[in-house]
Amino acid sequence: MAQLRYLFGRLVKAIMVLLAVTVLSFGLIRAAPGDPATVLAGEQGSVDPEFIEQVRARYGLDRPIQEQLFKYVAGVARLDFGDSYQHNRPVIELIGERLPATLILTMTAFLLALAGGLIMGVTAAKHVGKWPDGVITIAALLFFALPLFWVGLMAILLFSVQLGWLPAFGMNTIGVEMSPIGRTLDVAQHLVLPAATLGLLYLATYTRMTRASVLEVMDLDFVRTARAKGLEEKRIWRRHILKNALLPIITLASLQAGHLVGGAVLTETVFAWPGIGRLAFDALLQRDYNLLLAIFIIASAFVVFFNLVADLVYSLADPRIEVAA
Amino acid sequence: MKQLATAALLALTTAFAAHADEPQKGGTLNMVVQPEPPTVMLGLNKLGPVSFVGSKIYEGLITFAPDMTPQPLLAKSWEISEDGLSYTFHLREGVKWHDGAPFTSADVIYSFSEFLPKAFSRTKRVMSFVEEMTAPDEHTVVFKLKEPYAAFLIIFEVTGGTMVPKHIYEGTDIFKNPANDHPIGTGPFKFDEWNKGSYIHLVRNDDYWQDGKPYLDDLYFRIIPDANSRAIAFEQGQVDLLRGGDVENFEVSRLTAMDGVEMTEKGWEFYDPLAIININTRNAPLDNVKVRQAISYALDRQFMIDAVFGGFGKPAYGPMTERTPYYDPSVLTDYTFDLDKAKALMAESGVTAQNGVYATLDLMPLPYGETWQRQAEYIRQQLKEIGIETNVVSVDVPGWVERTTSGKFDITTNFIYLLGDPAMGVGQTYQSDNQLGRGTAANVDGYENPEIDRIFAEAGKTLDPAKRKAFYAQAQEILSRDAPVIWSHAMSYPTVYRSKIKNLITTAPGLNETFADVWIAK
Repeated sequence: MAQLRYLFGRLVKAIMVLLAVTVLSFGLIRAAPGDPATVLAGEQGSVDPEFIEQVRARYGLDRPIQEQLFKYVAGVARLDFGDSYQHNRPVIELIGERLPATLILTMTAFLLALAGGLIMGVTAAKHVGKWPDGVITIAALLFFALPLFWVGLMAILLFSVQLGWLPAFGMNTIGVEMSPIGRTLDVAQHLVLPAATLGLLYLATYTRMTRASVLEVMDLDFVRTARAKGLEEKRIWRRHILKNALLPIITLASLQAGHLVGGAVLTETVFAWPGIGRLAFDALLQRDYNLLLAIFIIASAFVVFFNLVADLVYSLADPRIEVAA
Repeated sequence: MKQLATAALLALTTAFAAHADEPQKGGTLNMVVQPEPPTVMLGLNKLGPVSFVGSKIYEGLITFAPDMTPQPLLAKSWEISEDGLSYTFHLREGVKWHDGAPFTSADVIYSFSEFLPKAFSRTKRVMSFVEEMTAPDEHTVVFKLKEPYAAFLIIFEVTGGTMVPKHIYEGTDIFKNPANDHPIGTGPFKFDEWNKGSYIHLVRNDDYWQDGKPYLDDLYFRIIPDANSRAIAFEQGQVDLLRGGDVENFEVSRLTAMDGVEMTEKGWEFYDPLAIININTRNAPLDNVKVRQAISYALDRQFMIDAVFGGFGKPAYGPMTERTPYYDPSVLTDYTFDLDKAKALMAESGVTAQNGVYATLDLMPLPYGETWQRQAEYIRQQLKEIGIETNVVSVDVPGWVERTTSGKFDITTNFIYLLGDPAMGVGQTYQSDNQLGRGTAANVDGYENPEIDRIFAEAGKTLDPAKRKAFYAQAQEILSRDAPVIWSHAMSYPTVYRSKIKNLITTAPGLNETFADVWIAK
């Protein structure tokens, strides 16, 4: 019962957060100079003012701002995010076309990084002060510091141009008929470079986080007690150290999981990956309000959702944390 | 015997040579389109990338040769009445839309009277000169004008005069018609597939009105958002053609040096891009002609072209370029770089300097990438030399358009298209009734000169080329001296392509042509 009430409370809060996000993003984007009609005027070089007014009227931009906001929020409540000004199509369709590509890329990078980061972090902590620790720490620092677009371009030059092992751009080989299995393998091949590039950044974060967290837990009293009791080393690591060291990792992972939907503009740009990050970036430059807002709101919804998931997972990892409103 | 053998060899060689020039059928042309267009329905959107892809699907009534003489396309011929008030187009027979319906005069009337004026301001403006349009029969269209307009034919090429199918669009919301996602034109290539964010695929139109054409089987337009990645894609052979701007200008010479790669600057005669520096003449001291002239003398245009624009372009001292009809270099003020003269003009201007500084102004670079930023840095440095301090203002594209078209700037860099005739693309930048809220190619500078207004108005109504020449010579002389904007250079965009691609650029619209004649040598 308490859990249900807690869940309900969190849900109400989540909706409030989303409403605030909607209103704030709506206001912020309108505060930027220029609107879709201005963009059109710029593109057409020379325009008559009547034409611009017609464009504004077509998009409802000639109405008072409060009215536009109210209409927009009411639409979002019905899951109607409106049409894109640039594409003249429902924004949900546009996002739907791009979301799978983004999720394939970001999820792969994320999972690789999470698994790799945990292994590397624990390895470094186990050998703290010795050479494996040094190698891993320096590597993580390097991955974290190198700009993504540079790593991406270097990866293309090495693995694609020099060695010819992997395709450099896009998500598919175009103009070739393939079986469904062939298609999947083809996508997997195209995925290697962008996922690895993006993954390196996450990997660095998880490695450092895990190492620090494990080092902190390793010296705590209960670990010493466990050792004094004569517990098996493996069991100490699994039951006592790792389980306790995991909490900050869960926090970080859940925060990042929410962001995966937002896409990865730089990686998508360098590797011509047809994801949502580019769509958002182009929408911003076009002042395509509806499209940009929908991407904001959907991405925020995922962040809120994964935060909720994180809270629930905490209680599994650490029974001391109770779910209470 | 030996002679005979030589003759035979010669005949054989000639035969081979002839064969090499003979168009070959088949093949796929891989290109890049950037940025990814929002649509390829060219009737609705005239952006560069939309025009590039859409011009293979849609056609206009005419096109233009590199010297801007009109060429038949969907219209096989046309007559202009003596008084310049009546234009009669004779349409080609047997032309079909991609869905099989016949293309007729009704489509032409629908496109110009209803569709295009809703979507494109330029067409709306030109069509406002039309008294009435009629279709005496299925293959004839007559436009009657209210008064002569010398640039009227310009609107009939594919971007201003995209022919759209009446049977699909009539009575619908043209912006939301489902056919926009699967465009139906008359062109040599049909829409096949658009994998969003990846590529657009067009295939051969087997029912195209020119028998045996197009030569190519299909076209791919790949979407590769990063300029470095595009250069690599060209080097690796994934794409065979790069348009100007696809890669940075400084990459062009490296790519052109590769085996089997060529570069051309042709194909910009129709758009005729001119880089300018807008000067807000409403703001002191930019209202002072000597100050504007001083700025013009302070800029070394050839240096800008070489150091900033990768060597592409020619210095401009007036409102037209070598490509523009009626261009007359003999009447222009010679703004060859001369810092001493610039300083002297500032001293003569009557503007008082405090601590050696005449004014502090905002300088807003065109936010179209690194090149324009660098140009602004150069301008800033040169203006400092003549006692004008500048603050560089950074904005994104919509912000730039907003500020430029509402007059919220002192100095901004820009480029405009002259569009093949001074009555179409030159006058608008200087006429006093075309100032703010009318786009970035308008007279955003606030220049007002009744003499210039009169000349452009008269010249636009005049059909006699000799008289027009005299009018435009006068306009070029006055404008060049008055410097209401600072002309930087006639821009030129390099097209880099593999030598095996033949007949690539043969007309004034360049790459925005149908590609019906393009073929690939095997």
